[in-house]
Amino acid sequence: MNAARTIARLGLQEAVRRRVFVVVAALTVAYVVLYGLGTWQAYRAVDMNAGGTALAGVEPKIVAGATLLGLNMFGTLFLGTILAVFLTLGAVRGDADRGLLQPILVRPVSRATVLAARFAAAAIVCGAYVIVVFLIATVTTYALGGWWPDRIVAPAIELAGAVALLCAISLAGSVFLASTANGIAVFMVFGAGLVAGLLGQIGEALGSDTLQTVAKTASWILPFEALYQAALAAITTDTVGFTRLAIDLGPFGGATDFGPLLWPYALLYLGIVGVVAVRGFAARDL
Amino acid sequence: MLELRAVPPALAVTDLRKRYARIEALRGVDLEVAPGELFGLLGPNGAGKSTLVKIACGLVRPSGGSAEIAGAPAGSPAAHASLGYLAELFRFPDWLTADELLALHQSLSASPGGPAERAELLELVGLSEAADRRVSAMSKGMQQRLGIAQAMVGSPRLLLLDEPTSALDPAGRRTVRRLLEELRSRGVAVLLNSHLLSEVELVCDRVAIISRGEVVAAGSPRELSRAGGIEVETASGTRVFETASRDDAPAIVRALVAAGEEIYGVRVLTSSLEDAYLEAVGEAAS
Repeated sequence: MNAARTIARLGLQEAVRRRVFVVVAALTVAYVVLYGLGTWQAYRAVDMNAGGTALAGVEPKIVAGATLLGLNMFGTLFLGTILAVFLTLGAVRGDADRGLLQPILVRPVSRATVLAARFAAAAIVCGAYVIVVFLIATVTTYALGGWWPDRIVAPAIELAGAVALLCAISLAGSVFLASTANGIAVFMVFGAGLVAGLLGQIGEALGSDTLQTVAKTASWILPFEALYQAALAAITTDTVGFTRLAIDLGPFGGATDFGPLLWPYALLYLGIVGVVAVRGFAARDL
Repeated sequence: MLELRAVPPALAVTDLRKRYARIEALRGVDLEVAPGELFGLLGPNGAGKSTLVKIACGLVRPSGGSAEIAGAPAGSPAAHASLGYLAELFRFPDWLTADELLALHQSLSASPGGPAERAELLELVGLSEAADRRVSAMSKGMQQRLGIAQAMVGSPRLLLLDEPTSALDPAGRRTVRRLLEELRSRGVAVLLNSHLLSEVELVCDRVAIISRGEVVAAGSPRELSRAGGIEVETASGTRVFETASRDDAPAIVRALVAAGEEIYGVRVLTSSLEDAYLEAVGEAAS
């Protein structure tokens, strides 16, 4: 346990040294400021349009809030993914190629412990990061527009789960791929997940069952996307009527709630990725 | 009644084989390093020395045969707990100070030594004054000495040192030689993989010469450095008795004096370890 803590701390110290956190913090401040400005302008437009051309039965403030927060969740997941990738992309092959890993592995510390420690460190940091940014955006949306999402805790945890899965995928990739190739591969996998989600929303808008089936299947294959979709769905889960319809037609509407099996499946997926990574690492000559 | 158990060798390698795709790096190597023995491993580049050391460390899996550290299979936690390792190409987290690096390895190896062990190790390698200096601010030679100190954390029974003096100046090499002698007096076995034959000849109890994945010669440096004749300086010039050994010197001198020669000097000629090495490697290569 002590060795695992030491390895986890070492991984985070490396990230601090490489100024990963400084870059992410600066980007996050810029992002939050931009989000605040955008939200302020959006609600100004909603207020100026009050009593104007809004459709009967549609609550413009809810539609604006849900769309803005949905946009924020997309941005937060993207930033969280960047952090996850940079914390893990060279954890095995990258560090081994640089000669950093061998002195650690000749200690009485199993390779599985090394992987678990690196995963725990990255998942905790990235999970906490997306939760904090999501909560800041939620409070900002309420402060400027007076709208709270229908659920707050569940989507925050689902976003954290999504980045934890991406940490695991990136860490497993670092066993088999060199750092640059792994970083590219993880971002492509992340992009594939997002495309699957967009396909589902297009399918929902067009009423295409085939597109929705393709999107759902892809989301089960890449469950970080399913968790993100579930988080999106949760923020307007109690919203009904024409307002619901208006949200569904927006760019972040029509998200699928994957039901109660999603979390057990995501944990199983995490376990499978972990087993693949551990077995791959055990078989690797350094 | 006390039960006496034989102390297992610090390192026992039996019919060790390693194949990388089409390349056979080790072809059935047998060797044994006794507790407290300084054992030199010599051989040209690509002979399989580093592969052997990495298998002993558990960093590389053998294709056949076995390697045991203090009676435990190489790669097992018990084996890791009994060894210290300095790789030929190593790198330490350069943001750590010398003291922090040793503390990191104390934590990984669960060494209870604390600050006293760290101070002692830094003193042994002549880095007491650099305890608070970051690795990034150290010369390559200092890093190599720090690497040796790192390998000694936790009082291992076997040290595997892969080219530990390659970046050291003559003074640094002398420090390491004294350190190796100190380790021998403490009962620590050392497997020294080095290109510097003179160094190996000076400190090692036994030597194995590896070429093309096989042990082609083994023994003490004296055994490998065979007799090369007697050279006698006389008034009529220098006379060489090529087949004579050290034990023949008195008889030769008596015979020359009886024959009326005046003797100015007698020298026993031996072939150096370098000659033995070149002969063994040359024979293996031809």
